[in-house]
Parts: sequence; C-alpha cells; structure tokens
Amino acid sequence: MFSFESFLDLPLIWFGLIATAIFLYVILDGFDLGVGILFPFAPSDKCRDRMMNSIAPFWDGNETWLVLGGGGLFAAFPLAYAIIMPALYIPVTLMLLGLVFRGVAFEFRFKASGNSRILWDYAFHFGSLGATFMQGMILGGFVQGIAVDGRNFGGNPLDWLSAFSVMTGLALVCGYALLGSTWLIMKTQDTTQGWARKCAAYVLIFVALFMALVSLTMPFMNEGVKKLWFNLPNSLILLPMPLISAASIVLLWRDLKTHEEYRPFFLSLGIFLLNYIGLGISLWPWLVPYEVNLWQAAAAPESQSLLLIGTAVMLPLVLTYTGYCYYIFRGKTSHESTY
Amino acid sequence: MIENLDPVILARIQFAFTISFHIIFPAFTIGLASWLAVVEWRYLKTGDEIYREVYRMWVKIFAVTFGMGVVSGVVMSYQFGTNWSVFSDKVGNVIGPLLGYEVLTAFFLEASFLGIMLFGWNRVSRKMHFASTVIVAFGTLLSSFWILAANSWMQTPQGHRVGEFGIFYPTDWLQVIFTPSFPYRLAHMVVAAYLTTAFVVGGIGAYYLWRKRHVKHARVMFGMAMIMAIFVAPLQPVIGDLHGLNTLTHQPAKVAAMEGLWETQRGAPLKLFGWPDQQQERTKYALEIPKLSSLILTHELDGEVKGLKEWPRDERPPVAWVFWSFRIMVGIGILMVATGFIAAVLFLRKKLFDTRWFQLWCMALTPSGFIAVLAGWFVTEIGRQPYIVYGALRTADAVSPVVGPNIALSLLAFIVTYTFVFGAGSYYILRLIGKGPGTPNNTYGDHGIKTPPLATNLGSETGGGKNV
Repeated sequence: MFSFESFLDLPLIWFGLIATAIFLYVILDGFDLGVGILFPFAPSDKCRDRMMNSIAPFWDGNETWLVLGGGGLFAAFPLAYAIIMPALYIPVTLMLLGLVFRGVAFEFRFKASGNSRILWDYAFHFGSLGATFMQGMILGGFVQGIAVDGRNFGGNPLDWLSAFSVMTGLALVCGYALLGSTWLIMKTQDTTQGWARKCAAYVLIFVALFMALVSLTMPFMNEGVKKLWFNLPNSLILLPMPLISAASIVLLWRDLKTHEEYRPFFLSLGIFLLNYIGLGISLWPWLVPYEVNLWQAAAAPESQSLLLIGTAVMLPLVLTYTGYCYYIFRGKTSHESTY
Repeated sequence: MIENLDPVILARIQFAFTISFHIIFPAFTIGLASWLAVVEWRYLKTGDEIYREVYRMWVKIFAVTFGMGVVSGVVMSYQFGTNWSVFSDKVGNVIGPLLGYEVLTAFFLEASFLGIMLFGWNRVSRKMHFASTVIVAFGTLLSSFWILAANSWMQTPQGHRVGEFGIFYPTDWLQVIFTPSFPYRLAHMVVAAYLTTAFVVGGIGAYYLWRKRHVKHARVMFGMAMIMAIFVAPLQPVIGDLHGLNTLTHQPAKVAAMEGLWETQRGAPLKLFGWPDQQQERTKYALEIPKLSSLILTHELDGEVKGLKEWPRDERPPVAWVFWSFRIMVGIGILMVATGFIAAVLFLRKKLFDTRWFQLWCMALTPSGFIAVLAGWFVTEIGRQPYIVYGALRTADAVSPVVGPNIALSLLAFIVTYTFVFGAGSYYILRLIGKGPGTPNNTYGDHGIKTPPLATNLGSETGGGKNV
C-alpha cells in the first residue's frame, strides 16, 4: 500500500483542496443562485429569459462543485463529515430541497407555457432563495461551534438555529445577489444591464453592512477568534485584509456608476475571497469548530494518498474544460431559446 | 407517537425512497447518451436530416431526465452524512475515495459537456458537438463504474482491515475496487440501462408507427431499439445467471431468499410462485418445478442448495420482498427476450414495421426497463440485509444519532417534493413525445403547428372533416 504520508502533510493538503472546492462552489453557484434571487424583480419576461439563458449552460457544472465539496469531505475527513451532517440535518435537507426546485426549473421553464411557466419562475426564485438562506445558516451554525460526543454529534437538532445564523443567512442572500447582479452586468446589455446595475448598488450597501456586523460579532462569540484579531502583532499583520475589503467595496460602488462591465463581477469575487480567507484564518485549524481539528478528522493516509493522485490529474483537467465551456458561451446572452 | 418512531426503519425508508427515485434517471440517461451518440454519428456519416431531428427531439428529453438525475443525485451525496453518519465514519476510508473518483472523473465531465451538447449547436463545429455527446456518454459509463465499485464493495467487501473504534482501513486498493461481485454487477447494470432506454425509445417509436405520425423518424427509433432487443436482451439472462452464481458463492442467504427456500436440500425445486412467510419459516402455496433450482444454481440436477434455516433468524433478509422482486425482474427479462425473438421473426418476414399488434406490445413494454431495474436493485439491496457492509457492519449499527421525528419530517418533505417535481418532469417528457420530432427548431414556433397534434390526428384518421 502506497502512502505519501512520510513526505507530505496530507491532511493539510486536503484541507486546502476542499477549501478551494467549497470556495469555487460558493462563487460559481453563487452567481447562479444570485440570479435566481433577483429573478422575480426583473423588469420584463424578456429580461428573465435573458437571465436564465446567461446561466443555463453552466449551472449543472457549478452545482457539481457542491458534490465535490460533500464527497471530498466524506473521502478525506470522514469523521468531520459524520459529525457535521447530523448537526446541520435540517438546514442541509432544506438546502437540498431548494436546489431540487431550482435545478429542475431550468429545464421545465423552457418547456412550460402560460401559467405553468410562472409556476416555474417562482420555483426557480424560491428554490434559489431558500437554498442560499440555508447555506448561510449552515455557515452560521458551523462557525458558532458544534457539540461533539465521542465520534458523533452530541448536541440538539436545533443547535444551529440562532440570531447569528439567521444573520449569516441573510448576509449570504445579499452576497449572492451581488454576485448575480454583477454577473448580469457582464453578460447582458440594455435594459437588463441597467436594471442589474441598480440592483448591484442596492445590495452592495447591505453586503457592506452585513460584513461589518459579522466581523464584529464573531470575536465576541469566541475567545480564540478575539485573540487572533485583536492582539499585537496579529492585528497589524491582518490589518490589510479589512482595508483591502473596504477599498474593493468603494471601487465597486464607483464602478457601478460608470460603464464598467467586467470589473464589478471580479471585484465581487475579490470581496468573497477576502471574506472567505478571513473566515478561514478565524476558524483555523478546526474542521468541526471548536472540537475536532483537521489532523484529528483526517482519513487514513492511504485513502488521502489514493484520492490525491486522482485529484492531481483530474482537477487541472476539470478546470481546463470548465474554462473551455465558459469560453464557448462567452459574450452577451440573447433572450431566445437556443435548443 | 412521532417521538417513538424508529430512526433505523425511517432512515432505511428514506434511503430506499430517494435512491429508487434517483436510479430511474441514470438507468435511462446511461443508455440514452450512448444512443444519442450513435444517432449523431449516423447523422454526420449520412447527412440525413431525419437523424438530426431524432437527435434534437431526444436530447430535450435527455436534458429533462438528466436535470432530475442531477438534483436527486446531489441529495444522495449528502444523505450518507445526514442519515448514515456512523457508516460514513467507519467506512469513509474505503469507499470515500471511490465516490471522490466518481465526482472527479465523471460528474464534471458530464455536467460541463452537457452544456455544449444542449446549447452548443451554433457555437462549436459539428465534430466538436459530436465529441461532446460522446464525452457525456463516456462520463455516464465512468460514473456507473465507480458507484457500482462502491456498492459491490459493500456487498462483497475485501481488501480492508478493521481497526480501533471499528474503523475500516484499506489494505489493497485493487481488491477494494475489483471485488468478486463487481464485474457481474457492472455488466448487469449497464446492459439493464441500455435495455431500459431501448424499450423506451422502441415504445415511443411504436406509438408513432401505430398513429402513423413521424413515420420516418419512428422507423429509426423502432428499428434501432429492436436491434438492441434482438441482440442485447438475450445477453442479460446469461449475465444475470453468472451474477446469480457469484451471489451463491458470496451471499448464499440472498439466493435462498430469492428462491424462497427454507430447508437445505439436494435437487431443490424451483418455486415459480408462492408466499414466503418469515414467521412460519416456509413458503406457502408454492407452485414448483422439481429440481430446477438446483439445476440453475449448481448446474447439476442433484446439487445442494442452502436454505434460509442455515442462518439464525436475525441474519435473514426479509424474504417476501426479495422473492417477489426477483420474480418481477426475471418476468420482465423474459418478456424482453421474447420481444427480440418476435422482432427477428417479423424482420425476416419483412413485417417488422407494420405489424399492429406488435406495436401495441412494444408500447406496453415502454416502462418495463425501469420496473426491472428497480426490482433488481430491491433484490440485491434487501437481499443483503441485515448488513450494510456484508458480514461486517449491520445496518442498524450504521445510522446517525438523529432523532426519529427529524427523519420522519424530512422523509415527508422528500416525498412531497419528489412527487411534485418528478410528476411535472414526466408530464413535460410526455409533452415532448406528443410534440414529436421534426417540429421547428425554435420552441416558440412562429409558423409551426397551430392546431394541437391530437386534433390534427383525429382529422386525418377519420378522413378529415367527416365528424364535424
């Protein structure tokens, strides 16, 4: 049996890989779900067709990153997977149901007509909204800590539900709406684009607000987090992060008032990345906060090694052809059905 | 009352419900993707527009089916953790990487190139489009490879050791992936998926022929489906027989349940029908053919077959489920082989495309593949109970520490959602079938059909206007 244990810190590598997969899921499905959140507020049916067409070729691939996140966690950190899933049983189930509605709405909407089309419009919207809100609550429930008993979840079914997790749920809804609206600025023109600009500016205010709120609440919930951010010299080393975040928000705000088409989307991605890294630093090295760290939760070195070979070969390939698909469907989308 | 619900039973029902719903879609898309690749290849080769129109009709049905497969599949990838967390903790080291490989090698491939397959007609060359279809087909096969490897390990585990806390550790990956039951299960399932698709496509083709609509397209569908029925359907009993012999070696209790056999005996009869009674330990009202069971299982008239009484009561699977599911599967298999035989005879008499009763026969068999696939999975999954990892981990010991009401409510939510969503999906697929191939490309038809297809048909069949 081969294993790279002797010369690689496998759990650390896998932590990095899964963190990357989850981040890619968040930004990629984030703009899909964001488009769904904004969907019913669009000015016309033609706009809605355009919005849908702008993400139809991608959503399936984007959602696959969620499967990789879940499957990867199961394979590389089975203990963490076995504790987190029962702890977040209700929001995970509701998220999955939301994604079911969102996913099928893509196919059904193109085939439906009249009233049933409106039904799928709403299925798409509420599916996206519900899945996003639940993902935010999952994040909140995760960050606030999970009770562990032996090798099992040791808390109550509703432990995840709190004012904090409701706040992170709302925050993520605004965050995805920002990604969705800046995506639309990039992929559409005329009326839809103008409307998307207004939406983006509006949700950006809330995004900034929630970022400040979450950043301020977290240190008060956990001693470790407080020590990390509010002790010298850490504070000085970490200072660039909030500063760059603030600068990105200001720059994005100004871009939304000009004719920039591409930069707003990439600035939004940047804001997500900074938040994600900030969260990662705060939670380090916990995989089940604040009970099981990433080395304790790791699968057998042989298992992590086997999957690492596959990942080293496949991940670059996956990224290449995912990029190729985005390239094929580059440019502005029309409202016409293309298949 | 709700507090007293048994989490194990509920988690099992939930898994059975969600996986049964899910398997319907892959069972169809595995075959459909390969068939679409063949149709597109014929189009590129001959330039015949008929093939292109057939492709464009079925690719829409493929998209709806695939979408439902994806969303019900995402649910599965999280259910291991929500309902079966102890299982995940204990065997994650062994089957986690197999599922990881499935996502990395298959899911991304399918999902990415499906976009090109559906929306890429005017954006990529014909060759690139054809390549995308082939890649998607290949992806579905890769996916079945990994998921069946994982399932087969749970049926006939090997290549592992059990360490502290009952955690499984891999000792030999090739043994883990290529377990004794894997080659048979893979072959049996892929052929089942191809036949399922063939009978759906054939049934729809027969429907068009019967209604005398889209006749040229229908001949392509029906003809190609009958090729599968003639040449592939007879393979399935052979593979099934080999699979059964393999099961007899590794999971004899499952075979005893399939046969409804309680006493170990030489020259065991084949029970055609009967009612296995778990409590009384016998199969009531059995209709038997002497010695046939021994002949099939041991290939000897007086071969010994083990009965269920060889195992203590708490080691036996629920016999009636296994017994009846097996009969349904085999019955449909026989009907499929018969279809191939009739089709061959009709073809030789040059009457394949205009025998009315045979068109009705094929229409009736349209959903047969799905029923057979489900029944087959019921046999193999219920037949290995009470184990989740055969002989090594009991199902009852694998469930999450989640309370009954949680599972009961989520089960209810899944039932309501799936019924609604997949009901709608079936409705849209039926509508696509009703519309048929060769309708204008733009789905918002400008000068397309103005009267509903049904009305047009009534008119043409009654000679037009007579019934006005």
